[in-house]
Amino acid sequence: MESVPRFSLRSLSQRSREELVFYIFILPWLIGLVLFTAGPTLGMLGLSFTDWRISFDDLNFIGLDNYAKLAADPIFWTSIGNTFYIVAGRVVFGTAFALLLAVLLNQKVPGIPFFRAVYYLPSVTAGVAVALVWIWIFNPRLGILNYGLKLIGIQGPQWIYSSQWVKPSLILMGLFQVGPNMIILLAGLQGIPKELYEAAEIDGAGNWGKFRNVTLPMLSPVLFFVIIISVVGSFQNFTEIRVMTEGGPGESSNVLIWYLWENAFIFLQLGVAAAVAWIMFVILMALTGLQFRLGRRWVFYEV
Amino acid sequence: MARASMTKRKQGAAWHQSIEGRRAIGVVLTFVILIPLGILFVMPFIVMVSTALKPLNQVFAFPPRIIPETFQWQNFPDGWYGYGYVDFSRCTWNSLLITVNNIIGNLFSCTLAAYAFARLKARGKNFFFAIILATMLLPNEALVIPQYVLFHRFGWLDTHLPLMVPPWFGWPFFIFLLRQFFLTIPEELVDAAKIDGAGHVRILLQIFIPLSKPALATLAIFAFIGNWNAFFGPLLYLRTPAIQTLPVCLVQYQGAYGNTDWHLMMAVATIAVIPVLLIFVFGQRYFVEGIATSGVKR
Repeated sequence: MESVPRFSLRSLSQRSREELVFYIFILPWLIGLVLFTAGPTLGMLGLSFTDWRISFDDLNFIGLDNYAKLAADPIFWTSIGNTFYIVAGRVVFGTAFALLLAVLLNQKVPGIPFFRAVYYLPSVTAGVAVALVWIWIFNPRLGILNYGLKLIGIQGPQWIYSSQWVKPSLILMGLFQVGPNMIILLAGLQGIPKELYEAAEIDGAGNWGKFRNVTLPMLSPVLFFVIIISVVGSFQNFTEIRVMTEGGPGESSNVLIWYLWENAFIFLQLGVAAAVAWIMFVILMALTGLQFRLGRRWVFYEV
Repeated sequence: MARASMTKRKQGAAWHQSIEGRRAIGVVLTFVILIPLGILFVMPFIVMVSTALKPLNQVFAFPPRIIPETFQWQNFPDGWYGYGYVDFSRCTWNSLLITVNNIIGNLFSCTLAAYAFARLKARGKNFFFAIILATMLLPNEALVIPQYVLFHRFGWLDTHLPLMVPPWFGWPFFIFLLRQFFLTIPEELVDAAKIDGAGHVRILLQIFIPLSKPALATLAIFAFIGNWNAFFGPLLYLRTPAIQTLPVCLVQYQGAYGNTDWHLMMAVATIAVIPVLLIFVFGQRYFVEGIATSGVKR
């Protein structure tokens, strides 16, 4: 047998050298993918079939018991319902509101960069500090929200302290965080060719006609993107629940991510929590898939 | 002259129907909506700062006053140092350390991967890029249980490692954004460098990075805000008070004194928000461009 040639970069063809560099450059991401994303996703599926509690040693395969336990737990179903309620509210109202703001900011009036910054601001500072402020804003007796309502003659509700109003409260608060969606939609609006509007005007279209027949179809791919990221984003909303309501009053703001947290790190049932996480994962994938299917019908792509 | 003024009056009568008239009415209507909404959007900040400046007895006064009767600046040091239970200076330092590390880690790993996806030819590239797109939308929270198990195995619980190591291994959203930017750099520049005998590392360092400063700044700002506000991970992994980050400290504070010392809590919250505000004000330009890119160029 011939002696094995010494490996060196020079001995490789230009093409395989480029290939090697490609894999070296993506290596950190690839390791991260296997270690922190793909591995955990599969691991999670495995864990969801065990009775794992705290340490790895007392881990038994229990088949679908965790899932059966979940199906029998009314709080699990409540949290599914709450999640869909809040996600639907945030996506529908949030997208409509972001679109309204984007259309307003697309007008040719002075001071637009200033308003854009003002509307964006609450999205940057979304976090514990601002969630704390909102507890105070929602205070039924002393908060500024009910004071403002009182000034216009409305007796405000109990907001986050009422099981009926807590979800609408969270949706309302979400409207202050539409900044990124607003900017994406605004960029989309600015990308619509002016000729289309001129053509529509010649055809005698009014403002509504132009919006309905030019803006919406041209904007639909961007709108689609915004809706998808809003759905995913709304599922992840943990900070507000942890800081403001802890799932309450009662279970009325117990959403999946909070249910998962409680099971994992308060009740220490990690097997159950893994099952919840896996269900959440499947719901998100199904929703995204569904949106892509529906999207084919209403999203208009330029050819 | 009389005729001229008559025409003018005639125009005046139909002013709201003329093109300029309609435009002017449009501008006014736009402002009628823009301004109240703007006031509404800054209201949470006004409430925060105004509560932070009030003495306790005014905090619980009704009707609430936007501008405090007396400005109690002492709330800021009182909130920050007032309780031995939560060491805010320490928490700020921890937040800063993690944030800076994660920005550098993200920029490093994502620049490499983005360059590979934008400029290198290789078998399997499309497959891996599809994975980038698919994982871009994956919520990290859904993976938290198995990641927790993993870090538990590594012996990393209650250290900064679970928060500080993963950013060195790329983030699909950043890789995607940066790749989009790298694609716009003219091919001729790369070819010229290749003729001069430059390897990929040199091309990346001497051409791509200098030309991508705005894009890199955008990512750095995103990473700053994301990491500064991060709550889920830090709450999960950091148990020892001395290693906790600012958001976790705020929640500890809330748990201990939240129902009584609103003025002090708002003072601390105000301080916690200031870095993000500064970054926002100075980085706004990059920010707006970066977000707009994420949605439009796909």
